[in-house]
Amino acid sequence: MSPMNVMVLAEHTGKQISEGTYELIGAARDLAAALGGQVEVALFGPRDLAAQLGAADRVLSVDHPALAEYLPQAYEVALTAVLAERSPRLLLMANGTPGLDLGAAVAVGWQAPLAAYVTGLAVDGGTVVATSAILGGKVLAELELPGERGVATVVGGAFGAEAGQADAVPEVTEVSPPAGLDQLAMSLAEVTEPQGGDVDITTADLLVSVGRGIESKDNVELVQDLGDALGVPLSASRPVVDAGWLPKTRQVGKSGLKVKPRAYLAFGISGAPEHLEGMRDADLIIACNTDPGAPIFDVAHYGTTVDLFDLVPALTDKLS
Amino acid sequence: MKAVPDLVEEIELTPDETDIDREYLKFVLSEWDAQALEEALLLKDASGAEVVAVGLASDPDIDQALYTALAKGADAAVKLSGGPEDATATGVRAALLAGYLAAEPADLVITGVQAADDIDGQLPPMLAAHLGQPHVSVVIAVEAADGGVLVRQEFAGGRTHQLRVTTPAVIGVQAARQAPRYAPITRIRQAMAAGGLREVTAEPAAASAAPVVRRMYRPEQTSHAQMLTGSADEVAEAIAGLLRDRGLVKG
Ligand SMILES: Cc1cc2nc3c(=O)[nH]c(=O)nc-3n(C[C@H](O)[C@H](O)[C@H](O)COP(=O)(O)OP(=O)(O)OC[C@H]3O[C@@H](n4cnc5c(N)ncnc54)[C@H](O)[C@@H]3O)c2cc1C
Repeated sequence: MSPMNVMVLAEHTGKQISEGTYELIGAARDLAAALGGQVEVALFGPRDLAAQLGAADRVLSVDHPALAEYLPQAYEVALTAVLAERSPRLLLMANGTPGLDLGAAVAVGWQAPLAAYVTGLAVDGGTVVATSAILGGKVLAELELPGERGVATVVGGAFGAEAGQADAVPEVTEVSPPAGLDQLAMSLAEVTEPQGGDVDITTADLLVSVGRGIESKDNVELVQDLGDALGVPLSASRPVVDAGWLPKTRQVGKSGLKVKPRAYLAFGISGAPEHLEGMRDADLIIACNTDPGAPIFDVAHYGTTVDLFDLVPALTDKLS
Repeated sequence: MKAVPDLVEEIELTPDETDIDREYLKFVLSEWDAQALEEALLLKDASGAEVVAVGLASDPDIDQALYTALAKGADAAVKLSGGPEDATATGVRAALLAGYLAAEPADLVITGVQAADDIDGQLPPMLAAHLGQPHVSVVIAVEAADGGVLVRQEFAGGRTHQLRVTTPAVIGVQAARQAPRYAPITRIRQAMAAGGLREVTAEPAAASAAPVVRRMYRPEQTSHAQMLTGSADEVAEAIAGLLRDRGLVKG
């Protein structure tokens, strides 16, 4: 019988293991216990980061110059080699850039089924069952990953990070770098850190946040008036930033900033998982969305389906 | 390009609850495919690439998306058939597209980073694995460069990497460098009248392993928001009260 280990792909910036990695290790601990296996973490690049992976039973380390920073093809080559060597029952990846970028390619190469947008994982009579949140979180799909292997790309925040952290020294197994790392079809030209912003939305007590429901750049002013009345900065969902209506420094979510204000007012934001990742820990969430079925209402404390174009001016009036 | 259910609509499930009921749903082009098309057209504007928009014949309302692509400046539009009737799974789509691209190779495939309904994984890496090509996803800029492309890949918090990638390659676009251009309805009508869709039948590549759907269901609303009702003025008063109670507004 093949091993019943659960493997986690570590994500890091070169110095720091990501929060998402700990969430995966925490989930992997439970699964490995149910499967009677161990938790192995694949760590590519700086080997000293293994010291931050105390909750793993074993760290599989591949170090090579091509792995100094995340490089899709280099990671894929290394991950494929580690999978072939260790044959885990399940591979967990964060549904961030590496998961979206590599997950399905690695799954095809490894001949394993993949479950995407995973928010839950369980072992049911020997079968791995993943819960996948699709259609912006409006539908949940329960998926079996039958056979001897499977891949799950796990949504950030679906599992707690605490269970994935421990003050211990894991066993480190060095895996020799596969030859493919010396013949890559891509190279890293430049790393750019995000620029500091005009305002720092992560330190605000209160945020007024605007989504695609605002419809146009001109309309953003309406919400800006409310922000001005309250003396607080505007934040936004990604489409508002992609459209150029507000700067990138205002984006809340998976590829933006994580915020935890005392109150978060969301206008015309549907509550996609990638947005929720950035704001669900706010002390108070008040959401305005004309769609009563919008997922934002599942995390909001208070909600209303009043049209934002009526509500925002009324609120500005009351608070000026 | 993929047509996906418009998320503004109420989503119904099939009677056996293993799929969503597509019969009465409104479909729209996946927003990331709209971004991918824009990035392809920007590449054409900058370096004269020929852009072919490809959609699956089995997708509802795909004609509309393909004609819109033509109206926006795509040089050709292909309506692809040959796969199974139900081609919503990424694995099925990747196999069909791989078959098509084996017969009609492209220097660069640009598609959306994800679609809202791809439960079995994302198309760009899956297609690339079938084609044996390098791939980069979560991309926010693509430019032509010597022997390939320069792409910018985005990470959490807005950190980016610029990568030099040899073509042929597959790129998954998160956002184009600018908001997708607008196609006037008259131009879309002209494209429809000209009827320029090329219908192509391809032989799908061997499908990859897929998960088994046990059931689908709507999330239980474990902690649903307390709803504030009434006129805009009444709701505004209630919200102002909540903020005042917490000392977040003066007065
Ligand atoms: C890799 C990746 C990273 C991502 N990172 C982020 C991220 O960091 N942050 C982020 O936000 N998204 C991110 N996204 C995008 C995310 O998937 C969603 O597309 C996005 O969050 C949707 O934004 P929205 O809610 O503003 O728009 P929509 O989903 O279009 O929602 C608009 C809402 O407005 C409502 N509405 C319309 N008119 C009105 C009105 N008059 N009054 C009140 N309500 C109205 C509608 O009912 C709808 O619910 C990411 C996606 C990917 C693939």
